[in-house]
Amino acid sequence: MTSATHRSAEEIGRTAQGPRPLPPLGAQRAAADLSHVDTELSNGLRVLAVRKATVPLVEARLWIPFAGDDALHPAIAEVLAETILTGTARRNRIEIDAELALIGGDIGAGVDPERLVLTGSALADKLPTFLDVLGDVLTGATYADDEIAREKERLVERIAVSRTQPRTIAREALQKHRYGDHPATREVPRAEDVAVVTPEQVRALHQASVLPRGAVLVLVGDLDPAAVIGDLEKVLGGWASDRSAVRLPALPDLTGPNVLLVPRAGAVQSQIRLSAQTVPRTDPGYAALQLANLAYGGYFSSRLVENIRENKGYTYSAHSGFEFTDGTAVVNVDADTATDATAPALLETRYELGRLGQVPPTGDELESVRQYAIGSLLTSTSSQAGLAGQVLALASTGLGLEWLNEHPARVAAVTADEVAEAALKFFAPKRFTGVVVGDAEVLERKLLALGDVVVGEPA
Amino acid sequence: MADPELVRYTLDNGLRVVLAPDATAPVVGVSVHYDVGFRSEPEGRTGFAHLFEHLMFQGSESLEKLAHFRHVQSSGGTFNGSTHPDYTDYFEVLPSAALERALFLEADRMRAPKLTAENLANQIDVVKEEIRLNVLNRPYGGFPWITLPPVLYSTFPNAHNGYGGFEDLESATVEDCAAFFDTYYAPANAVLTVAGDFEVGAAKDLIEKHFGDVPHRPAPERPSFAEPLPTTELRGETIDPHAPLPALGIGYRMPDPINDVDSYLAYLVLAGVLTDGDGSRLQQRLVHREPLVVDIGAGAGLFGPFEARDPDTFTITLIHPHEVPREQVLAALDDELEKLAETPPSDEELRKVTARWTASLHSEHDRLVSRTLALGSFELLYGDASLVYRLADRMSAVTAEAVSAAAKALRPDARAVLVVKPASEGNNEQ
Repeated sequence: MTSATHRSAEEIGRTAQGPRPLPPLGAQRAAADLSHVDTELSNGLRVLAVRKATVPLVEARLWIPFAGDDALHPAIAEVLAETILTGTARRNRIEIDAELALIGGDIGAGVDPERLVLTGSALADKLPTFLDVLGDVLTGATYADDEIAREKERLVERIAVSRTQPRTIAREALQKHRYGDHPATREVPRAEDVAVVTPEQVRALHQASVLPRGAVLVLVGDLDPAAVIGDLEKVLGGWASDRSAVRLPALPDLTGPNVLLVPRAGAVQSQIRLSAQTVPRTDPGYAALQLANLAYGGYFSSRLVENIRENKGYTYSAHSGFEFTDGTAVVNVDADTATDATAPALLETRYELGRLGQVPPTGDELESVRQYAIGSLLTSTSSQAGLAGQVLALASTGLGLEWLNEHPARVAAVTADEVAEAALKFFAPKRFTGVVVGDAEVLERKLLALGDVVVGEPA
Repeated sequence: MADPELVRYTLDNGLRVVLAPDATAPVVGVSVHYDVGFRSEPEGRTGFAHLFEHLMFQGSESLEKLAHFRHVQSSGGTFNGSTHPDYTDYFEVLPSAALERALFLEADRMRAPKLTAENLANQIDVVKEEIRLNVLNRPYGGFPWITLPPVLYSTFPNAHNGYGGFEDLESATVEDCAAFFDTYYAPANAVLTVAGDFEVGAAKDLIEKHFGDVPHRPAPERPSFAEPLPTTELRGETIDPHAPLPALGIGYRMPDPINDVDSYLAYLVLAGVLTDGDGSRLQQRLVHREPLVVDIGAGAGLFGPFEARDPDTFTITLIHPHEVPREQVLAALDDELEKLAETPPSDEELRKVTARWTASLHSEHDRLVSRTLALGSFELLYGDASLVYRLADRMSAVTAEAVSAAAKALRPDARAVLVVKPASEGNNEQ
């Protein structure tokens, strides 16, 4: 289209020498063992401090179980997360931001039905200031009336934006369809609930639920793990309670049955969301399950992606992955497809679920997912932020850095039979429930014809 | 911070190479940046550069369709590519044992990609799904990177949709692909970057082994995309069927990012002074004090700074409640810019912005994929990968007066204002 004289596509695609062989892998060096401390402060807070001095920063993640069964809990918790950094007895909102900015720092708060998480980072030589701000917020957040009022208004607007996102709509429908009215389903609070939250309720929730016992703080970066524990005792000493942070009631096991077609009139694209019960990282069978999932849809070279994206062009992205909630785990399968491609995409998605159990991963597939599982752990934990995220995910289910260090050996030891067994047991199509959100007028006839699909709004 | 070791050289076929060894973790990043982005697409072929990016993953002489993905992932690695206004990048991050594989994969598609009608048709479908996902079926999809340029710019290269229209995508031919490849995907039009855990001498040998015999083709002449500055305020409007709230995208022209780096950096500091953190000027006033908007952000570049040559865009985007008149929002914005133009920001304001930038640059460099890509794009656009390591100091040297001057240049009578209306608002003027 641009060069006046160019070769044809056939000429471009071949050379005189012809195809060349794929080079073998070289020798792999293992990741260095990282010095770390995994301990509990006197106030019951578990701390994992890891030295990884690749850049002069420290990454911090604080995870606090934060469940509640009050109908207003999701709204109050959301307002709390939005305002926890808007002032303490010692610093107002602008001063908190200024103090963090001057140390190259940041703290953000997010909440969901299971936990409150504070995520932050700062230049390593300014860690004492960072911890001082963190401790100040945890023990002295004031939730001023005017800050609460303003953030509530913003939240109501943002909830409106969020509820128009197809992925939010689909997620909410999936949660309701598979878990009914369990507190875990209340991920985005209702705008009308947020509107009636009072500052007193937010302060009371902080008192009752922002608790160290049962919570985990992860620090990763250019720090001295032993010394930082002493600093934390000082800074967080005033943060104490006899009670433990509030954990989410156990989720019921998923048992199916039907996929729910949720109408969204005029949508140009549908969201397919399927889900089935599996086992968590602490289960001895997890490594085999992890490999079975990768082979199914857990990475780009998986059966599902090759089928519905690369061969058929039904979707831009298809993916399957685990969702860990407290001590439990499910596997979720996601794809967004054009309306016309939705029914065939669901058919192929189920076909690949069935095929995984009946025609389990071959030797090549198995070696590929094995290398991917080991290698991606190496690459994802090579940065401070990546490692902090990974360590937090482990710590929140009671695991530690040992799990991370030992996991490559577990993955290396998984046999083909174990993967085949996990595939047959956990990926059977009949175990999956879920939703399809899309233009029901066009989709209904074809989806119902596939079977195990019903139409309606989630309970 | 001292500059980490950086080795830069050029192969006989014109391929520029950047090596950045770092043994702190046993992983490597490999990227290839081609000097062509969506600004180089001809009329009638919108979205072609991005579509072509997809095709480059679909096989080459030594690699059947899907093999690229399998080989990267079965080596434990991750991969992707992305299309920008002025370049297209491809990259892998892998355990260091797989370095030679990554080089082989990139070399094979640079030498002899398989451009077939079947793959083209399939990837047109995939790209259309990508557009449905990211633009058509989502509130504020493509805002502002697709919707603002046609208001601010008047020439096709700068103004058109880089994702492309479905009709243009559907009419792309294998012949177009062959011409595009031969023109733009020459080794002399590319930069290869390797960062992470490797030994320089061994890496040089592997690079020569795999890329050395990719035949030389001349790099195409690079056109200028320059166009005159606006002389009046330009207004545009779009109806977003999914958006619950109105939004504004405001675009200004910036100093030449390549030939006037320090002036460009002053705009980045300005963006921080305006919207970075609760203490920033626009957050304080428009979000918290008055409050007129739900969210606001300012920044350089349609996807971020340092990813385009001149002309580049300074953007301010905001979402506001229905009941707040947009002229009131614009007046408050102009008032804040005027204050900054008259009274330069304080030392503390500057230190806040530059400390956060320093930390975020460290954080970016700590992620191997970001570091690899930054080194490659700076080598390509600036001819100097090492600038990456000097950015924090250059940012810290920006003066309050320079930030003030940048604020003064953001004039209401030389900007574009894109009005995004929710479908409920329709065509009724406020």
